[in-house]
Order: sequence, then structure tokens, then C-alpha cells
Amino acid sequence: MTTVPATTPTPGTSLAGAPPAVRRPRRARSPWLHVVMVPLTLLWLSPIVFVALIAVRSFDDIASRGLAALPASFTWEGLSTAFTGGSLLRALGNSVVVTACTVLASLLLSSWAAYALSRFAIPGRKSLLLVMLAGNLLPPQVLLVPVARISESLGIADTLFALVAVQVGFGIGFYTFVLHGFMRSLPEELFEAARLDGAGAGRIYLRIVVPLSRPATAALAALATTWIFNDLIWALTVLRSESKFPVTAALLNLMGGYSSSWNVIAAASLVAAVPTALVFFLFQKQFVSGLLVGSNK
Amino acid sequence: MTTGDLTTGDLTAGAPAGRRGRPRSPGPPRGPARPAPARAPLGARLRRVPLLVWVFLLVPLAVELFWVFWPAANSFSLSLLRWDGITPAEPVGLQNFADLWSDPIFRTALRNNVAWVVGFGGLSVLGGLALAVALNKPGRGVGLYRSAIYLPMVVSMAVTGLFWRVMYQPAGPVNAALGGLGLEELQRQWLADPDVALAAILVAAVWRQVGYIMVLYLAGLKGCDATLEEAAAVDGANAWQRFWRIVVPQLRGVNTVVFAVTVIDSLRTFDIVWAMTRGGPYNTTQLLSTYMFQQAFTAGNLGYASAIAVVIFVLAVGFIITYLARQARAEEES
Repeated sequence: MTTVPATTPTPGTSLAGAPPAVRRPRRARSPWLHVVMVPLTLLWLSPIVFVALIAVRSFDDIASRGLAALPASFTWEGLSTAFTGGSLLRALGNSVVVTACTVLASLLLSSWAAYALSRFAIPGRKSLLLVMLAGNLLPPQVLLVPVARISESLGIADTLFALVAVQVGFGIGFYTFVLHGFMRSLPEELFEAARLDGAGAGRIYLRIVVPLSRPATAALAALATTWIFNDLIWALTVLRSESKFPVTAALLNLMGGYSSSWNVIAAASLVAAVPTALVFFLFQKQFVSGLLVGSNK
Repeated sequence: MTTGDLTTGDLTAGAPAGRRGRPRSPGPPRGPARPAPARAPLGARLRRVPLLVWVFLLVPLAVELFWVFWPAANSFSLSLLRWDGITPAEPVGLQNFADLWSDPIFRTALRNNVAWVVGFGGLSVLGGLALAVALNKPGRGVGLYRSAIYLPMVVSMAVTGLFWRVMYQPAGPVNAALGGLGLEELQRQWLADPDVALAAILVAAVWRQVGYIMVLYLAGLKGCDATLEEAAAVDGANAWQRFWRIVVPQLRGVNTVVFAVTVIDSLRTFDIVWAMTRGGPYNTTQLLSTYMFQQAFTAGNLGYASAIAVVIFVLAVGFIITYLARQARAEEES
């Protein structure tokens, strides 16, 4: 992989074949990029491809010809076992509910905090913002035992509500920080004009701040969806009964129950990856810009 | 560059025109009802923050205080107890930390975690930077390559673990590929072999992380001044020199973020190990986080587990501050 930088286009290497002069020499690419990248890309995708191939093979096929063989059978058996025996559907449902509630609640609360901190003379607002962000940077391990105790003493242990609550609390700092950065770049003139028209803080929030921060909110939503959907540690900390497990935790349980049925495990892990993959493909642009937030140069 | 700018780098299409580059005095924060003629004294200005806005601020703050800062503080006091969560807790002072030091599994976990930070960070940064440089300029197939590299990011760490468990099975694709290449002597039971299990997990984790680092560096490269590189090329610098002398220095900011993010992520790593080995075989793949989790929720040693959590915090705090300081500076600049 370290050979890749050497493949950056060098001026003058492949100019001969390049279209007439308009093209600048830097644009010319040596074929080495593709020579390196095509196999690398295939290698990169191979785990996903292999798991997909295993998912559609029958148990007997895998048992007799090994995991690495190309499929000699095609069956939905693994998938249907995962759904019926592994109660994958219920787990997916739990995940969707938890993810939707968490993302909505955290973005709502963070947009409130970001609005307050970015447009009002709150004393010590900069420090407050950084402290909130710091909360999100804490290693979750520092919170696990107390969070488990607190949710027990509140009587909400082993409920999806507790899972949502703790993830909202943990995420708020980061989302607030990002939204704050966006909201304070909104032009002050809009706010002045709204105030002249007699709009109060609440109306300005609803009519100006929320609609205009939609791009930032969308990026955060795409990112948060994958984070929350993919969470494992909070689910294992807060939840006890299998019927409430989100899909990540349920998968690990399934692993115990079907430890030699690789087609079931492969099918179930693919299913668990599909929702976030969908978010990724549908909102690729938001997703990528979401990744960049908080990583300012 | 402001946080807002990068945050919204690709999103500005929907933002109102003219929000960039508008000069803004770093003066007093703009209240909603800025007093028209003269500056009111501080107390009076504060009262102008409407009640609703206080609610807007205090509700999220209370949620975070309750679910993050209050538990974090609790962890510290719990680490001074011997407690199984059922019988009354017994204060033991710093005994838990002394026990940790003489606990061979903790030492393994600590050592593994250091190796993990170096391996996970080093490999994903090298890979991510190399790929970002290779895929920086648009061209045929580049979009496809980029998508393929960061596709694994959408797969959760837990599912990544399961994917690679399949790959690493004794009769699985990895061993089959080695056999196909004539490297039979390298074939082994990857996840059951204490010598290679951690490295095997590391490969899986890096597979997922490289795309993220690549995206960060791609953004960094976008912000580099292309004319500098062109000038150096005119002066006869070769590609290698231009990269190290011109591009890398401009990436300093991204490096800081990548560094902090990677170390914080490494100390948090839990899911993938839990999904692949649960710290086994014979605790050879324990990281601090997995050992902490086992102590807390399998063994029920809440005080001891909290002591491990405190160690994780102490290791992370320097990097958290680095990251925060960087963000604070960016705030100042904008």
C-alpha cells in the first residue's frame, strides 16, 4: 500500500497519449493508479463478497465443500432461519425504533442548545460548548457501571427508553458543537429583519434557524443514524432481555445459537449491515460531509 | 478555516448567499434584542436572553449532565470501593489500583492496548493517507475506488467482527487464499492462536477504519494550496519531494485531528474484539475496554471495573484535551 504515493501523476509521463494542449500536464495519469487500485478495491470488497456468497449457500454445501468454496447451491435457507429462529425481525425493529428516537431527540435538543449558544449572550458560552463536546469525547467505559446503576435505580433498566436516553445524553455534546458552528455562520441580517417584524426567539428558531440549518442537520442525521444503529456497548450495558436487543447485540447471541451454521450467521450479518448501507448510498454526500464535521483543519 | 466552513464544506449549496467571508467583529456576542443606542451593562444584557432560550439551553445541558457528567463523576468514587453491586460496598482506598498493577490480565490488556493504538493508528493513517493522495485528483474510476474503500465504514464494528470471523475460519477464505498462493505454512487458526489473534482482529479493524482516515485526508488535501506544488514542480522537485516538503507540512492540522481521534477511538475499541474473541484465547486479546466490561458485567466487580475505567480515562484525557484545544482555537479564529 505504501507504493501508492509513487503513483501520483508525474508531469510529463503520459503526455503522449493525452488529448491536445488544453489539458494541463498535471492531469495526465499513469496507468499505475489502476494497476494498483483495481486489485486493492477487489481485495477491499472481498470480505463483503465472501459473506454474501456464504449467505446464499446451503448448510450441506458449506459442510461438504468448505467455507471458501464458490457456491454450488443457491438458497434463502440461511436468511429464513435467521429471521425465524434468530428473531432477526424483532431485533431490526428494536434497532429502528431506538435509532429513530435517538436521532430525532438528540438533533432536536442539540439544535436548541446550539441556537441558544450561537445567537444569545449566554455567559461563558464558549466554555460551555467545549465542556459539552468534552462529554462526548469521554470513553464510554467511564460511564458504563454508573449508567447501569442509574437506570436500575430509576426503574428503567432493560427498557428501550433507557437505551435512547443514554445515547441522547452521550451524543448531545458533539451534535451541539457541530450545529453551533453552522448556526453562527447564518447571516445576522436575517435575524435583524425577523426581529423588526416582531418575531420572538421561538418563532425565529422555527422559521429561520431550523429551515436554514437543514444541510448540517441532514449530515449529522446520516452520521448519527449509522452510529446509533451500529452501537453495541450501550445496548449490552442497559438491556438484559433478549427480546429487547437491537440487531448488533442480537447477532452476537445468534452466533452462540447457530455457531456452526455459517450461512445463517452470514445472512444475519448482511441483514444487519443493510440499513446503514442504505443510508450510506442514499445520502452519500451528506454522509461524507458528516464525517468531516469536527475535523476542521 | 472555520468549523462552520468545513462542517458545511459540501453542504453550502442550501445555505443563504453571502454567509462566507462576511467580516465579523469578534466583539460582544449579539443578543437578540441588541440595545439600540448604548451598551447596557452586563447584567441587563443577560436578562435579555429570553426565558425560552434559557429553556433551550438548560434542557439539553441537564440531559447531558445527568447521563454523562454525573455518571463519570460516579465512576471515580466507585473506583475506591470494593463492591459487587449486591452486598454493601466497602471503601478500600486505592487498593483497586494496586491490585490492577499486580493483575497479569490487566497488564496484558494494557500492553495489548498500547500495541493496538500503534498498530490501529499507524496502519490506518498510513493506508488512509496513501489512498487519499492516490485518489485525490478526479479521474476515471476514482469515485468508484473511493466508495469501495469507505464502504466498510457503514458496517458496524460488531458486524465487521462477524464478517472477519467467517474469513478467519480454519477452512475459510483467508486460509484458502494462502493455500492458493502456495503459502500453506502460513495457514493457521487465526482467532484461536494466541500469537496472531490480536493481529487478526487488528486487520479487521483497520479494514473498517482506513476509509474514515482517507476521507479526513481527502478534505485536508482539498485545502492544500495547489500552486505551491506547481511552483515546486517547476523548480524541479520530484513527486516524492513535493509530497514530503510541500503537502505534508500543509496537513499539520488534519494530522492533529487524526491523531487525537485515532487514539481516542483505540482506547474505546470494544465491539470488534467482543464480536470476534471476547478477549480470548486465554485473555491474549483483552483490551482495557473488554477487560473492564467483563469485570463489571460478567464478574460483577463494580469497583475494580471502575478502576480500569479510570485508567482508560487517564490515558485518554491528554488526547481529549488536544482535540478540544484544537477546536477551541478554530473557534477563536472564526
